[in-house]
Amino acid sequence: MSLLKVENLQAKIEDNQILKGLNLEVNPGEVHAIMGPNGSGKSTLASVIAGREDYEINGGRILFEGEDITDLEVHERAQKGIFLAFQYPVEIPGVSNANFMKSSVNAIRKARGEEPLSPKDFLARMREKSALVEIDKSFMSRAVNEGFSGGEKKRNEIFQLAMLEPKLALLDETDSGLDIDALKIVSHGVNALRNENNAFVLITHYQRLLNYIVPDFVHVLADGRIVKSGGKELALELEEKGYDWVKDHAVEEQTA
Amino acid sequence: MTDFNEDKLIEEVTTSDYKYGFTTDIEQEFAPKGLNEDIVRFISAKKEEPEFMLEWRLKAYRHWLTMKDPMWAKVDFPKIDYQDVYYYAAPKKKPQLDSLDEVDPELLDTFKKLGISIDEQKRLTGVAVDIVVDSVSVKTTFQKQLKEMGVIFCPMSEAVKEHPELIKKYLGSVVPTTDNFYAALNSAVFSDGSFCYIPKGVRCPMELSTYFRMNAALTGQFERTLIIADEGSYVSYLEGCTAPMRDENQLHAAVVEIVAHKDAEVKYSTVQNWYPGDKNGKGGVYNFVTKRGLCEGENSKISWTQVETGSAITWKYPSCVLKGDNSIGEFYSVAVTNNYQQADTGSKMTHIGKNTRSRIISKGISAGRSENSYRGLVNITKNAKNSRNFSECDSLLIGDKCGAHTFPYIEIANSSSVVEHEATTSKVSEDILFYCSQRGMDEAQAMELIINGYAKEVLNKLPMEFAVEAQKLLAISLEGSVG
Repeated sequence: MSLLKVENLQAKIEDNQILKGLNLEVNPGEVHAIMGPNGSGKSTLASVIAGREDYEINGGRILFEGEDITDLEVHERAQKGIFLAFQYPVEIPGVSNANFMKSSVNAIRKARGEEPLSPKDFLARMREKSALVEIDKSFMSRAVNEGFSGGEKKRNEIFQLAMLEPKLALLDETDSGLDIDALKIVSHGVNALRNENNAFVLITHYQRLLNYIVPDFVHVLADGRIVKSGGKELALELEEKGYDWVKDHAVEEQTA
Repeated sequence: MTDFNEDKLIEEVTTSDYKYGFTTDIEQEFAPKGLNEDIVRFISAKKEEPEFMLEWRLKAYRHWLTMKDPMWAKVDFPKIDYQDVYYYAAPKKKPQLDSLDEVDPELLDTFKKLGISIDEQKRLTGVAVDIVVDSVSVKTTFQKQLKEMGVIFCPMSEAVKEHPELIKKYLGSVVPTTDNFYAALNSAVFSDGSFCYIPKGVRCPMELSTYFRMNAALTGQFERTLIIADEGSYVSYLEGCTAPMRDENQLHAAVVEIVAHKDAEVKYSTVQNWYPGDKNGKGGVYNFVTKRGLCEGENSKISWTQVETGSAITWKYPSCVLKGDNSIGEFYSVAVTNNYQQADTGSKMTHIGKNTRSRIISKGISAGRSENSYRGLVNITKNAKNSRNFSECDSLLIGDKCGAHTFPYIEIANSSSVVEHEATTSKVSEDILFYCSQRGMDEAQAMELIINGYAKEVLNKLPMEFAVEAQKLLAISLEGSVG
């Protein structure tokens, strides 16, 4: 059974139809990259899978582990193991990273009928996972993302990902705004978390990220649909020929 | 799909019910409704007060007759008929008890419903609790231990009889009977309250705590509290309250006076949860309180911390008069309004002595269709050279049907002093809620986290056991938003 199955998904915001019948299937152990030009609907796809209310789904459905989750609330999807690494993580004044993660971890555990982590185990996990993305100890008591640089915010997202160990991680342009060192740290974190039971969907503009996190599949999203899919070499081809090539290609295929 | 729609959020906020809405059936004794000199005499006689106290009350009453209700606060309510209020109610039998076992079991049950287990507190926290049910103190614990150190902590009615010299000297010395309409009313008819005296050089070894609770329908509450910290002493005083659900509006006009002598420090903390009225704005407590501290001596310090979640209307400005050189006044406040609640609250810092310092941290949270105003005055007089004030007034809005207002007044009469004022207004954004939800939290959990983060600076000032209670209260008060 596939982990995630998106069937003929259509979503709009106000009168603007953004996803126009999108299909995607992700199995445990796989890494998928979704590439595409600005405005093609990449971030919308991530938000809609996570359950963001701003979008109206007006066709198709989303299956997670075979269950239709199209009508589930955001936190219910999160509790089932869907994680979104945000493109623009928000700041939460006065709430420390430690406290935020404690609320998060324990909310998910509670939903699964598990006891809250003991403070000792929780702190041990914080230490272990923060080392993975080279986050300093002082970070724990700082307010969530407040005063963080762009790179720190992205590292924090990967840290949270490591803490929660979701089945499906959606990384929304995690590489944007990262310098090469931060990109290496983030990629290292993701690679360390990959295993045969979880899956990653990387949303990115650039092929650069895929040098560090090597995908099993690459999909090209244009005008609300996946117009081309292939292996990792597709990303290189795109880099060379540009998105227009795919778009033209797609039009040819459709008219053919 | 989840729904972060704000209208829904507001609707949910406004459908939250008052958790502590229940009444207890304890026999009451009332004075007749209304107010005149005879009622004042009746109250004084009931309390077996000495003559000087009656005279003091009557003087206050006569002055009150010449005064009008203050109308300047940003609150709106029908005019109160002061002749339609009971000014005295007491449990019929005042038990004289040595142990809590002898306390009316129904009363103990009431406190348990509130999550205030006296015996547990006694055992676990070492907090001395002076309970005021309506107007008469029922039980005071830890009194013996305190007595050995010379600390006096007793009901006001007892202090009037047993420590008249202190009462004559200090009662009305910080809030004169003529101070304002409600203070004058309180002075005339105050029923009971707490009295606290910390002798020279004594550091009070335990938090002193009083739980206030209104009970009889249509019974006004007129608590009177007086705290005196003599030279070099220290005391931390806690007050918390909650009231049962009532349809009639209940009037509450308390007065709290604090005097800090040279090198003394007083910490006064409140968690206030009077019945706020139902979701349509019906009922609820009118809370018109005068709280003021006098930093009488050099290097003295008074610190007010308040968490305000209740009352239909709040009119309250805990203040400090910084008379002694180098004295310090602090005010930390979280005020939550929901549904149709109205709060006009803040602080007044009057700098008189040299090198005096004051700090105001005010955090307002508005939800539903409520109105939440900060009103503050920083007054630095001519002789208060090199004085400093820092004020920070933050407002947090939930939904778009509530209001937050800030009225800061600053008067500075010398050029060597420095005053800083910062103010922010923010909203609980959908982005933050989405972020928290994506990490697995439901709306209730997310709101609790966000609100407690926002109020952290103030909550941190509370004694620990109170901080936990306050966090719960904030979550309950905004529960609708949430769940």
